[in-house]
Amino acid sequence: MSTATVPEPTAPTADGEDRLNLRGAILPRFVPFAVAAGSVVVALLIYLLTPVDSEIQIVLMAALIFVVAMTAVSTSIEGSRRARDRFATTLVYGAFLLAVIPLVAVLASVIGKGAARLSPSFLTHSMNGIGARDSGGGIYHAIIGTVEQVLIASAIAVPFGLLVAIYLVEYGRGRISRTISFFVDVLTGLPSIIAGLFVLAFWILALGQGFSGFAGSLALVVLMIPTVVRSAEEMLKLVPNELREAGYALGVPKWRTILRVVVPTALPGIVTGVMLAVARVSGETAPVLLTVFGTNLINANPFSGEQSSLPLYIYSQAGQPQQFAIDRAWAAALVLIIIIMVLNLVARLFAGRSRLK
Amino acid sequence: MATRIEVTGLTAYYGKFKAVSDVNLTIEPKNVTAFIGPSGCGKSTVLRTLNRMHEVLPGARVEGRVLLDGEDLYGAGMDPVNVRRTVGMVFQRPNPFPTMSIYENVIAGLKLNGIRKKALLDERVEESLRGANLWDEVKDRLNRPGAGLSGGQQQRLCIARAIAVEPQVLLMDEPCSALDPISTLAIEDLINKLKSSFTIVIVTHNMQQASRVSDATAFFSLEKTGDPGRLVEFDKTSKIFTNPSEKRTEDYVSGRFG
Ligand SMILES: Nc1ncnc2c1ncn2[C@@H]1O[C@H](COP(=O)(O)OP(=O)(O)OP(=O)(O)O)[C@@H](O)[C@H]1O
Ligand SMILES: [Mg+2]
Repeated sequence: MSTATVPEPTAPTADGEDRLNLRGAILPRFVPFAVAAGSVVVALLIYLLTPVDSEIQIVLMAALIFVVAMTAVSTSIEGSRRARDRFATTLVYGAFLLAVIPLVAVLASVIGKGAARLSPSFLTHSMNGIGARDSGGGIYHAIIGTVEQVLIASAIAVPFGLLVAIYLVEYGRGRISRTISFFVDVLTGLPSIIAGLFVLAFWILALGQGFSGFAGSLALVVLMIPTVVRSAEEMLKLVPNELREAGYALGVPKWRTILRVVVPTALPGIVTGVMLAVARVSGETAPVLLTVFGTNLINANPFSGEQSSLPLYIYSQAGQPQQFAIDRAWAAALVLIIIIMVLNLVARLFAGRSRLK
Repeated sequence: MATRIEVTGLTAYYGKFKAVSDVNLTIEPKNVTAFIGPSGCGKSTVLRTLNRMHEVLPGARVEGRVLLDGEDLYGAGMDPVNVRRTVGMVFQRPNPFPTMSIYENVIAGLKLNGIRKKALLDERVEESLRGANLWDEVKDRLNRPGAGLSGGQQQRLCIARAIAVEPQVLLMDEPCSALDPISTLAIEDLINKLKSSFTIVIVTHNMQQASRVSDATAFFSLEKTGDPGRLVEFDKTSKIFTNPSEKRTEDYVSGRFG
């Protein structure tokens, strides 16, 4: 076979061995770690040898030295594209760390300060007859209050919110649906104390119903509905239209297609949204303060008389100067976090079971 | 028993846009009828008017008549849900229900309509999967998710799902366009087999497929973009592919576009 007619490559590259230029220098894996260690050492030297004596400044300095050194090393060996890649990677990891710090710090301080005070008797006793100077007492009444108020609020807001979302996505056309959408948006931005004031003025003062856990639930419902509607709406919109059409083409009525095909497909996302709403209202203090009022006694009936709730309890205990009261507030905060986490896990298990593995 | 479909003066709109205009054709029972034509000429639109799936889209509406064994689908008092139970549909892209297993997918149409008897369902699953030439491939994993099958298997699963409700007519919108030649052949064999019990209408861009599987062929076209699509010629498949009476049909089936 003759090769005489095949033209020579016209642009010989600098690297004679790899004319297609497919290779590239890549730093060995250990280099970023070495550079990081080096940056820390340099920062420590600055700490020891110069008058700078703020730890935060030293940490920031180490981070800065790492970014500069890593980019310089990478540019000189790997070229500018990879250097930019490494620079962006560093920033992303840095942002992640910054975002995680408050989360870990909050958890650590709540566990650190609350765990010691936590005990079976703390969980099973109320504050009946306990003054701020006394060491005893517990949060039994507050747990009952929070659980009842949040469950009642969810039992009202979740079905209602889901139905609104289904209406908006599956049926809503034109003016009515735009109006509903607009009001949901307005509700989303409603400050929580306004929800409390509304129930106070309307339910308690105008209708003369008196403070109760149920009044608190009503205020929480107002806060939950927009979150549930918005998140469920987004999830339902993600369900491909082909699935709806597949249902209709089998001769399944629209409502049944929605119930048995569309909602199950969107369920995990909907559950996440609902749990966010539950977590949000579980920590609400202001609306509960105006509607449930708070008490030191156990009141298991959410429909009559003042109740307590964990946020209220934390608020009232943390506002007192005695260390006993402050300890109780931390322990109650820990319990509140645990309750929300358990609810979240249960909901996820439930939603996971309805999906195929 | 299978069903004759008579379409007269059918015009379909998407909002203000007239997508197809004045279609007249008769689809014979236990026949395979193919719809061919350039993209955008309204094949899918006409197909979807045959089981009232067109009106599912917001703003879409239909004029004219579609007679199913003499009854007008668009007449007063007709229930689209019942129409769709009689006229089943398979879509271009396989769309098994992602939350359901293979078994549940096949019986989805029955179960969602309230049939619960286990023995009947078991029987229908095997029957439909055998009917769709899929039984041997999936009989050991009926409880696995339907979305875990290959594209061709998913499409046959969707066919099994459509025939499980025992319709009279089966509409297929480019059922093979996402499939390899072997799966395509499997589905064509299947169409030949199903023909003995169903009236079948199939949209296809594949001329060989149309000539292989169909008894009658309808050629749709449109003058220029923005115009409504029209039925140009409707005849026996052998006539359309060998001796069409319209010049435009001949140009299209022979690969020369006018
Ligand atoms: N949902 C819709 N909304 C508005 N117009 C549509 C819609 N679906 C289709 N059309 C229009 O209707 C006309 C016919 O479309 P149709 O889908 O029936 O064509 P087709 O022959 O099936 O094409 P293809 O071979 O590409 O599938 C086209 O002009 C298309 O743009
Ligand atoms: Mg089409």
